Amino acid sequence: MADVVARDIRIPARSGQLSLHKFARRKSTIAFLMALPLIAIIACLVIYPAFYSIHLASLNKSMTKFVGFGNFEFLFRRNTFWMVVEQSLLFAITAVIFKAVVGFIVAHFVHNLPSQGQRKWRGMLLIPWVIPPAMSTLAWLWLFDPSYSAFNWVFTHLGIPQVAWLGNPYWARFCVILVNIWVGSPFFMIMYLAALKSVPEQLHEAAAIDGANWFQKIWYINLPMMRNIIQITALFSLIVTFANFDIVKILTNGGPVDQTHVFATWAFTLAIWGNDIPLGASVSLFMAPILAIAAFFILRNVRRRGNEA
Amino acid sequence: MTMTTAAAAAGQIGRARYGSISRGRRRALFWSYFFLILFVIFFLTPPVYMFITSLKSSAEISAATNPWWVYHPTLSNYIDLLTQNQFLIFFRNSAIVSICVVSITMVVSIFAAFALARMRFWGSATLATGVFLTYLIPESLLFIPLFKTFAYIHDKTGIELINHWWVLIILYPTLTVPFATWLMIGYFSSIPKELDEAALIDGAGYIQMLTRIFIPVAIPGIIAAMIFSFTVSWANFLYPLAFTTSADQLVLPVGIVTTLIRGDVYAWGQIMTGALLGAAPPLIIYAFLMDYYISGLTAGATKG
Amino acid sequence: MAQVALRNIVKMFDRTPAVQGIDLDISDREFIVLVGPSGCGKSTTLRMIAGLEEATSGEIYIGDQLVNDVPPKDRDIAMVFQNYALYPHMTVFENMSFGLRLKKFPKPEIRERVQAAARILDITNLLDRRPKQLSGGQRQRVAMGRAIVRNPKVFLFDEPLSNLDAKLRVQMRTEIKKIHQTVTTTTVYVTHDQVEAMTLADRVVIMNGGRIDQIGSPHEVYHKPRTQFVAGFIGSPTMNFLPCRLVENGAGLTVRLSDWLALPVPPSREARYRPRVGQEMIFGLRPEHIREGRGDMPPGSAAFDARLDVVEPMGMETMVYFIVDGVEVCGRVDPAAAGNVGESMRLVADLNQMHLIDPRTEVVI
Repeated sequence: MADVVARDIRIPARSGQLSLHKFARRKSTIAFLMALPLIAIIACLVIYPAFYSIHLASLNKSMTKFVGFGNFEFLFRRNTFWMVVEQSLLFAITAVIFKAVVGFIVAHFVHNLPSQGQRKWRGMLLIPWVIPPAMSTLAWLWLFDPSYSAFNWVFTHLGIPQVAWLGNPYWARFCVILVNIWVGSPFFMIMYLAALKSVPEQLHEAAAIDGANWFQKIWYINLPMMRNIIQITALFSLIVTFANFDIVKILTNGGPVDQTHVFATWAFTLAIWGNDIPLGASVSLFMAPILAIAAFFILRNVRRRGNEA
Repeated sequence: MTMTTAAAAAGQIGRARYGSISRGRRRALFWSYFFLILFVIFFLTPPVYMFITSLKSSAEISAATNPWWVYHPTLSNYIDLLTQNQFLIFFRNSAIVSICVVSITMVVSIFAAFALARMRFWGSATLATGVFLTYLIPESLLFIPLFKTFAYIHDKTGIELINHWWVLIILYPTLTVPFATWLMIGYFSSIPKELDEAALIDGAGYIQMLTRIFIPVAIPGIIAAMIFSFTVSWANFLYPLAFTTSADQLVLPVGIVTTLIRGDVYAWGQIMTGALLGAAPPLIIYAFLMDYYISGLTAGATKG
Repeated sequence: MAQVALRNIVKMFDRTPAVQGIDLDISDREFIVLVGPSGCGKSTTLRMIAGLEEATSGEIYIGDQLVNDVPPKDRDIAMVFQNYALYPHMTVFENMSFGLRLKKFPKPEIRERVQAAARILDITNLLDRRPKQLSGGQRQRVAMGRAIVRNPKVFLFDEPLSNLDAKLRVQMRTEIKKIHQTVTTTTVYVTHDQVEAMTLADRVVIMNGGRIDQIGSPHEVYHKPRTQFVAGFIGSPTMNFLPCRLVENGAGLTVRLSDWLALPVPPSREARYRPRVGQEMIFGLRPEHIREGRGDMPPGSAAFDARLDVVEPMGMETMVYFIVDGVEVCGRVDPAAAGNVGESMRLVADLNQMHLIDPRTEVVI
């Protein structure tokens, strides 16, 4: 009995102790604990390696000596490096532009269709994005096979001279970019389609009444309304394309004679196969500035979107 | 007379104009379909060609007959691969890695997203931005220092972190967690604040609020994030190529590329079969959960 | 069941005050309505009673317990939100029983309580549905059901009817009143709609700029507003306010509104207004106290002629507007008696209902 009474008295006292203020402080402690695994993953597996790679880039091959900018000086003197720079930029910029154009056009065609049929077409058109790129690149590799190329078979039957797809440096570059466009444009298509859907139909009707033709509607209404999405998608894709590894690795492995290497594949070849980790790290670090610029603009656009909403 | 012809002409013009609107629409639709068919052919050629080749025997392939047609369809490639121990090991490795990564990703990102979207603490806004930035750092920038770090840990502690398939379970969350968290923050933020307050008054604590209100309400977002994590961990090629080498430690994409392509003697029937089987799980998920897949894809840029 | 007391409550958001010192005593079983324009602090006050906001200073009592530091779930209150805040993934039954299930009530008792509440609200046939399948009015009922089931000490309503269309709002208003008569739980109700406030409340609390302007029964706040704000806020169309001068006129007092219009103060008010003679004042008179001129003239009334500026027929009555020195004045007249725009019309002002307001303090004298 006494026990019960004692407990009854204690309960209000205890709830009084836990003031709302303490409650709020405990809340932020719980919140921090909940976010802790995320913080740990980011800190240990992203932030730390990113800085560690800067440290690695300043060591000699056996990683026993600090050489400062030695690796970079060495790279600057090599022709292959400049070729990789050129190829990476060409690869990324060309591919992103074509992906954006193809995606934009296809999105408009899909948007033109009656709405009940759109789902089916959208479903088919996104398939290249769904297949793991390593797997689909294998199919392309087989399509471009030097002796059994299915494209060349068609060309022969049409009387067009055969093409040494991956054997000729220029064609090899073309192929690498083509496959990248194939993989990436469905993503643009989906993003642009979503953006198109958010353009109110009344705007088109108003423009039609104002006398705008089909092209003017796209130019004066769709493009400005979609600008933010177009920019964000292109910047995202620039990052992914610039850092691309799978396609080049499987399709050409950098060949013929290093003509198609990009930063990622060359860094891999140097570090893992050449066993020169510092040099590989130095090469991969060259991706950082472009990534940082793209990230800066994405963040700015995302923020702006957030403010609009 | 002149008036009536003028009126008739006007009527004709009017009707002709009216007719041309619907005809113009029909023509636009025709050209839309025409070009879409061309694009679908371009987009579907590789997977279709994979399928065609996978039905061919090596003899038919090397005979260099019409590559776009199967004269003697056979399932021998499928049977060979699916009875081959090695291929099944790749498949098992891939499956275990993907499932573990999806589980880890969801647990980490749901808790973190709830904390970041609703509870707020010192530095939480910065952390949310940081999560987004992390998502933008590609794996091709991180694999070298990570490789070196793992080798270093091995030297110091003796824990073998290179050439084991389960190492990928540690590595893949770097690719999946930031985006999944970003996605979940977006979904959680869209839940009205009054719902928390109602739960608070009903007597729910934070954990109950998360498990009994937020998770059930955000199920579509969770499915989208799970699909994303699964596809990313199933498809990744760079990490397993760098971190695993022994045949029994490989996951599917790397296994197919490195073991089936032997020197220059390409067993293309088998390679295409393997590639198709490797592409099957994401494709099946996509076929059944297309709307979730697409919502996850577009939410990344639109939710922000 | 319990009374609620607020003692000098202050709430600051960063440095801006939202509520600046409120004292309020709510007795057991009372239906109190906090009303005021948006940003007057009424919702913040309610949320402080609920424990969703922490009071910067002051004391909040529910029953006899000081609850400033008690988290919302232990305050034994229930709240109905403007957007209902029903859990979208739960059925109506699950929504209503969620609080009880969290408190680990035995299953039969939960079912019993939900059934009882559902009967009161007439939603027994909806218990298996999800919120998405319900209409606005039904969702509103479920939200109230969730509150009733808990059998709390206090009900808190935060603008519960503002998401409903006009017709349903009137219907639910009656419903809420009926339910309160059945359940008789102490209720604090927040709204910006003065009609809702007048129809529902035992006592109305009119808030303005984070302070309470007046607490009183609907009758009191309508007939005896304490400030110009209350006088203007309660009643629709709003009270006419005109600048005037109070002058001595032989035996009595006169309110001089313009060169052409002066109205005599009824003898019953003379004592109250006499100290203000000669001062600039604000004259207030509700439209319903400006009627058409008929043969008989009740004592305290004054007739005058005005040129009609706008005429708005409403059906059962007609609003007529005329201008006095640039200020538009509204009267409510019989449709049959209303004149045409531009014409002169004889009107009668019932000055027993007049108010005089001190323009500096905005307090009604």
